[in-house]
Amino acid sequence: MSTSAPVLADPAVIAKYEPVIGLEVHVQIGTRTKIFCACPTGFGAPPNTNVCPVCLGMPGALPVLNRRAVEMAVQAALALECRINPYSRLARKNYFYPDLPKGYQISQYDQPLAGHGGIEILTGGSPKRIGITRAHLEDDAGKSIHDGFSDSDRYTYVDLNRSGTPLIEIVSEPDLRSSSEAYDYLTALKEILQFIGVSDCDMEKGNLRCDANVSVRLRGAPRFGTKAEVKNLNSFRFLKAALDYEIARQVAVLEGGGTVVQETRLYNPDTGETVSMRGKEHAHDYRYFPEPDLAPLRISPEWLEELRSAMPELPARRRRRFLADYGLREYDAGVLTQSRDLSDYFEQAAAAAGDPRLAANWIMGDLAGLLKHAGKEIADSPVSAAHLGELLSLIARGSVTSKLAKEILPRMFESGEGPHAIMEREGLETITDSGELERIVAQVIAANPKQVEQYRGGKASVLSFFMGQVMKATRGQADPAAVTGLLKEKL
Amino acid sequence: MSLESLTVARIRAQLLSRERSAVELAREALQAAEQGNQATNAFITISPERALEAAQRVDQRIARGEDPGPLAGVPVAVKDVIVTKGVRTTCGSRILKDYIPPYDATAVERLEAAGGVIIGKTNCDEFAMGSSNENSAYGPVRNPKALDRVPGGSSGGSAASVAQGTSVVSLGSDTGGSVRLPASFCGCVGITPTYGRVSRYGLVAFASSLDHIGPFGRNVRDAAALLQAIAGRDPRDATSAAAPVEDYAAAMNGDVRGLRVGLPREYMKGLPAETGALIYRAVDELTRLGCSIHEINLPHTEYAIACYYIIATAEASSNLARYDGVRYTTRAKDSGTLASMYRNTREEGFGAECKRRILLGTYVLSHGYYDAFYLKAQRARALIARDYAEAFREVDLIAGPVSPTPAFQLGEKTADPLEMYLADIYTVTGDLAGVPCMSVPCGETAEGLPVGLQIIAPHFQEGRMLRLAEAYERAVRR
Ligand SMILES: [Zn+2]
Repeated sequence: MSTSAPVLADPAVIAKYEPVIGLEVHVQIGTRTKIFCACPTGFGAPPNTNVCPVCLGMPGALPVLNRRAVEMAVQAALALECRINPYSRLARKNYFYPDLPKGYQISQYDQPLAGHGGIEILTGGSPKRIGITRAHLEDDAGKSIHDGFSDSDRYTYVDLNRSGTPLIEIVSEPDLRSSSEAYDYLTALKEILQFIGVSDCDMEKGNLRCDANVSVRLRGAPRFGTKAEVKNLNSFRFLKAALDYEIARQVAVLEGGGTVVQETRLYNPDTGETVSMRGKEHAHDYRYFPEPDLAPLRISPEWLEELRSAMPELPARRRRRFLADYGLREYDAGVLTQSRDLSDYFEQAAAAAGDPRLAANWIMGDLAGLLKHAGKEIADSPVSAAHLGELLSLIARGSVTSKLAKEILPRMFESGEGPHAIMEREGLETITDSGELERIVAQVIAANPKQVEQYRGGKASVLSFFMGQVMKATRGQADPAAVTGLLKEKL
Repeated sequence: MSLESLTVARIRAQLLSRERSAVELAREALQAAEQGNQATNAFITISPERALEAAQRVDQRIARGEDPGPLAGVPVAVKDVIVTKGVRTTCGSRILKDYIPPYDATAVERLEAAGGVIIGKTNCDEFAMGSSNENSAYGPVRNPKALDRVPGGSSGGSAASVAQGTSVVSLGSDTGGSVRLPASFCGCVGITPTYGRVSRYGLVAFASSLDHIGPFGRNVRDAAALLQAIAGRDPRDATSAAAPVEDYAAAMNGDVRGLRVGLPREYMKGLPAETGALIYRAVDELTRLGCSIHEINLPHTEYAIACYYIIATAEASSNLARYDGVRYTTRAKDSGTLASMYRNTREEGFGAECKRRILLGTYVLSHGYYDAFYLKAQRARALIARDYAEAFREVDLIAGPVSPTPAFQLGEKTADPLEMYLADIYTVTGDLAGVPCMSVPCGETAEGLPVGLQIIAPHFQEGRMLRLAEAYERAVRR
């Protein structure tokens, strides 16, 4: 490892070059149990408690593939528009590491689960398709803990709770041309996987990890440059910073008349630098071979169809449908399809309200404000989609004014009750008693003789003034249609 | 003290008639094992606590008037590559000298559920790698029929124990002949079932796609009774088969008239005269029993040893990676770095044959060599399997030798690993094809050394194979 700080190229020079980036993303599949045994996958259990002979790599123990993990991986691959291979194989990837209990990882090699896919991302305001080379299943290793113990200077501790956690590795084509594109791609990938419920993609828990293959070439050059693999890009911030650093480093090497070395580099978030881990000559020979303990994985057309039909609608498709079917604005459709919970909520509320645009406005406006204030997600909203829809239908029918609804909603949020319950208890019921309304209308007319004269003189617009006065007197509880009728009659 | 006159059926009769108790029998067996071990070194660990607990359970069942199970009270020896909860399991290796497994192999669970009484763990070649049982860190096993000779490997202790009468039946494992060869050398019955017939869960892996657990007995019925107890689908082994398990006792009805038995030209040509004479005599007996004999070809036999040693070592190099000093393996002392801990642990822990095979396997899987070795071996394996499939279109069973020679002298072949590997020449093809095969005694050489007749059947036709073996055994013992 070099100790002197490397020279980085400056932005004007970097601009002459085009970065070429591909990402390898490891995502934890959100099954309840591990991929080859029945141990729970939970996070935060005391070290080495969620373990059994299989995930401890005990002599004689054998793996049995978790059907649910396969199903979720297939759905992830479908969401990434991959072709699912009807026949694929698990393979052993052999290497020694203290937190790798079997001495090999069970992964997939020459016959992966799926490939030839791609996703559309929005980058710099315009859409771009990023190819997915392959998606395959594998098991995770445990965790090595190098510090925090009194004898950490001499020993490394190993926690195997994570060992055997199901992962899907998603390898992109080298289609990304900047650190921002890489960032946008990873964001889109995360949204899709979260949306279909395959993974929570929680980077803090290590449930989404990322390595990058990076090279640079002079703009217009026909061939890719020599690539370096950068590891440990385990947050969105690190991803961008590490790629920017690595791009600048490689440009500086080339500008200085040198050549980029094919190697594996590790990103150090403390220094913001990438440092060489091992060169090509020390590259691991993983000695892959088909896993003899597991039969080949066959995905029948029937099973595939069953999994496909059980999948929720993907964000991109849902966004298009929201535009076409509900007449939403582009921006609103985008916001409302950011998460599956939010778009499900919207669809339910819109149906109950009978007015999708009204539902969109209220969800993105008042409800979003209340949730943000309370620090809650839409999935935990005290106001159910049905209750919100009910309130909005009252507005749409004219039974409640928007103004009154804005008072009712926070109370629904507080109590979790429906609009009718609140209105009844708080005496906010719309006044439908024609006797009382007649009395109020008469009072308003009597108190405003000048406006009565104007109205009778043919100035019809004054009617809205009277309407406002009546609403004021009833604190918005009067049915506007009934008020209009009475006013016209009395005037 | 010997259990030599006991059979599974006789033990059952004695227990049910209260002639003796399972605990009494277990005590006798434990004592026999202790004493016998001085001559043969067949056991690495004798397990009195586990044996007496199991025997007590059997006695309790009998006292309550319940069926004590098909193996009630039968003293069983278990090869030390099959894990036993709470009982040390060394695999014949220094690297696992203190390893106490936290779980039982499925076969162990099942044989105990059937009333079997495990009296100890038997000696074997380290991680089942060997044909003579001389590759054990716990010393070689001596052949009870000729103490200056090897018992065959790798399940030498299991075969020797049964032959010596220190157990009634035993479990071994067969990857390239490790059940049939010692059965032949020790003069007992050894069965390698169809791959997938018996769960491998808890069998410490040598070469996963070739490893089989298989039973030994002094007669066909006893070995079949143990197979019956352990056979069948196990959800913990993804390679175990769902095919229904036949009733082997019912299958052994003595009626073998009309069975077409194939004799492979490739096995018979070049067979040493003395072994050849015994095999032909057995074949004549089969004719007398009403079988028809047909010469057949297994044309790819010549590639079997090379193919086997590529696939088996490749898988072994990966299977043995877990013995790294991090968790349960005996860690080398005074290693300053991770790399030196790995190196020292494996250097000190593994014997020469293990290291040789790990190196071979690592080499054949290496980048640039994979296609030339591993893939080519897989293609050869497919051809060998096809040889069998084609042969079984013409014949119902195949008969032939187990090994070219009877048991050899201790130390006779240790200097030349290649010559040792050739002892498996007639047995590896059965493992490569995954078909059931067995060895049944067919006489002795002039020196009084046992020789086994090998019988091979199509996949899952253990019943047919056992029927012929039992009929033959009955005919020659008459
Ligand atoms: Zn587990």
